[in-house]
Amino acid sequence: MARFSPYDNNGGTCVAIAGADYCVIAADTRMSTGYSILTRDYSKICKLADKCLLASSGFQADVRALQKVLSSRHLVYQHQHNKQMSCPAMGQLLSNTLYYKRFFPYYAFNVLGGLDSEGKGCVFTYDAVGSYERVGYSAQGSGSTLIMPVLDNQLKSPSPLLLPAKDAVTPLSENEAVDLVKDVFASATERDIYTGDRVEIVIVNAEGIRREYIELRKD
Amino acid sequence: MTSVEGLLGCEQDSQRTLSPYVTGTSVIGIKYKDGILMTADMGGSYGSTLRYKSVERMKSIGKHSLLGASGEISDFQEILRYLDELIKYDNMWDDGNSFGPKEIHNYLTRIMYNRRNKFDPLWNSLVLGGVKNGQKYLGTVSMIGVHFEDNHVATGFGNHLARPILRDEWKEDLSYEEAVKLLEKCMRVLLYRDRSAINKLQVAKITEEGVTISQPYSLKTFWGFNAFQNPSKGAEGTW
Amino acid sequence: MASIGTGYDLSVTTFSPDGRVFQIEYASKAVDNSGTVIGIKCKDGIVMGVEKLIASKMMLPGSNRRIHAVDRHSGMAVAGLAADGRQIVARTKSEATNYERTYGEPIPVKELADRVASYVHLCTLYWWLRPFGCGVILGGYDRDGPQLYMVEPSGVSYRYFGAAIGKGRQAAKTEIEKLNLSEMTCRQGVVEVAKIIYGVHDEAKDKAFELEMSWVCDESNRLHQKVPDELLEGAKAAAKAALEEMDAD
Repeated sequence: MARFSPYDNNGGTCVAIAGADYCVIAADTRMSTGYSILTRDYSKICKLADKCLLASSGFQADVRALQKVLSSRHLVYQHQHNKQMSCPAMGQLLSNTLYYKRFFPYYAFNVLGGLDSEGKGCVFTYDAVGSYERVGYSAQGSGSTLIMPVLDNQLKSPSPLLLPAKDAVTPLSENEAVDLVKDVFASATERDIYTGDRVEIVIVNAEGIRREYIELRKD
Repeated sequence: MTSVEGLLGCEQDSQRTLSPYVTGTSVIGIKYKDGILMTADMGGSYGSTLRYKSVERMKSIGKHSLLGASGEISDFQEILRYLDELIKYDNMWDDGNSFGPKEIHNYLTRIMYNRRNKFDPLWNSLVLGGVKNGQKYLGTVSMIGVHFEDNHVATGFGNHLARPILRDEWKEDLSYEEAVKLLEKCMRVLLYRDRSAINKLQVAKITEEGVTISQPYSLKTFWGFNAFQNPSKGAEGTW
Repeated sequence: MASIGTGYDLSVTTFSPDGRVFQIEYASKAVDNSGTVIGIKCKDGIVMGVEKLIASKMMLPGSNRRIHAVDRHSGMAVAGLAADGRQIVARTKSEATNYERTYGEPIPVKELADRVASYVHLCTLYWWLRPFGCGVILGGYDRDGPQLYMVEPSGVSYRYFGAAIGKGRQAAKTEIEKLNLSEMTCRQGVVEVAKIIYGVHDEAKDKAFELEMSWVCDESNRLHQKVPDELLEGAKAAAKAALEEMDAD
């Protein structure tokens, strides 16, 4: 007998890399359930503010609800403060929003990327109930276990144990970072059935926002 | 499962849908040259019993939209009541504006997700198609609020059996005749392989001109394959 | 105004010694000073028309509507305080919707009029409420055909062939009585209503006005709708022509 389950896993992989003056946020566009692909063209990246984007995977309905909450909170923020929310502020808001549903969580795995108030790239990475950390790069979602070690290896982030603390931004140039993202997605697609079809790559820098797409395996 | 049940707390004995009663099977929707085509059979299953044979599972919503449903029939009819009221109130503004398919789809999305948050779901997968201001729209929503748009969508078994066919054969500028043929091909496969599908179906069309839902009709089938007539031939020892 | 100073006109919960409730009568005064509103029942439906007085030339034409849809098959025209009218309209809408949710069919016009009248009456019974400063004309079409009702601030409601409220009601009623309503179609009725509204409007004394009209008839598929623009314009032209002809005589 069919029984009601309030959650589903719709898969998907999200990556973000922060550089000195840029941030790359990327996610594939496949949406699945079980062994079925629901659609090959669903964007997981949501623009929350001028210099702040959220990539999320997990349970699509929760993700959409979360995006709507953040968007409307940002609208109110703009009315009250007459400015765009900064990326670190949005980072804290996202954490609070996730924790607010600690006992009936949003099944969402988030990476928030953008530029901070000094124009430096920033990435925040989360778990489903709101614990978060500012990092130089991160991967979340179904392909994260395949991608994260590669990023660790290639980006050589300074250890957080070093004192005094070193900046976590990656030493790569913007183009190198974009190429790395393309490579890690192509690789993850080989082994992760929930990653594929297409990657949407968003690059935020002083000039503004730019988007790129590359095709992935469709099987 | 205890974690979820624990959430119900003192509401444990309140009434909510734990499993569906009378259900309809797949709905398929596709875009074609002039708009959207949708098809569904007319069966209503009570568990594995074919209880109803003339259930209308596709209805027009307002001026620009068409809604198809699989899953619990009573929940679908409740949804239709919600939408009728919504459209009526909107109509009474009498300002010449009306909801398009995009708005209706979003509304359904919120209704389904809100009910799943209350652990009291509307047990349906819905397909919403429509045309407004020359824009074609086709989307779907599930019981727990998962939703998306695509050029072709299908619910239930249709996801497994019809969409692979649609991915191969669908194209942007299908004529009406080609599109109906493609849908019938999908429905025939479902009829053969989905035991709750029945050979009495409707095709609904929505274009800029409005909605038309066909009279019920049946597909030509062929059961004379050797493997059907002699199922155990060549596999001796099986029943 | 013999009532003033006696104290019996201050509350809706106190009768005067000769058995009147002055607050309700004052509410009726608010209606009597408003622009004229009329409704007629023709053989194939209902036509309603409002002489909407324009408070300011800078107001956008078509704003501050006085005729509202309250269901698919019925509409309501308001005379008196427009804001009070919207309260009644909102209640009427919810009564209509509630009925349909319960019984699965549109509310009969009689039932709707009864419920609206009860609501209006209710507001004359308590000291913490004030009666509505408006009268409404309710027109609708159901299985018993087209029907027209008028509800007054006291809460009384009657069914009419032709009804008029507001400043020009007396003259309007006289004119409606001359019409052969049982033979008339709504298309003809629209012109007659326009003529009456233009006729009772006192150009010398009153502010400028906008003619607002709606109908529920066979031609509108028994739905409450605004009278189509070309028909309304035609009716206005006919009304103006009739006026000039009268002036010439």
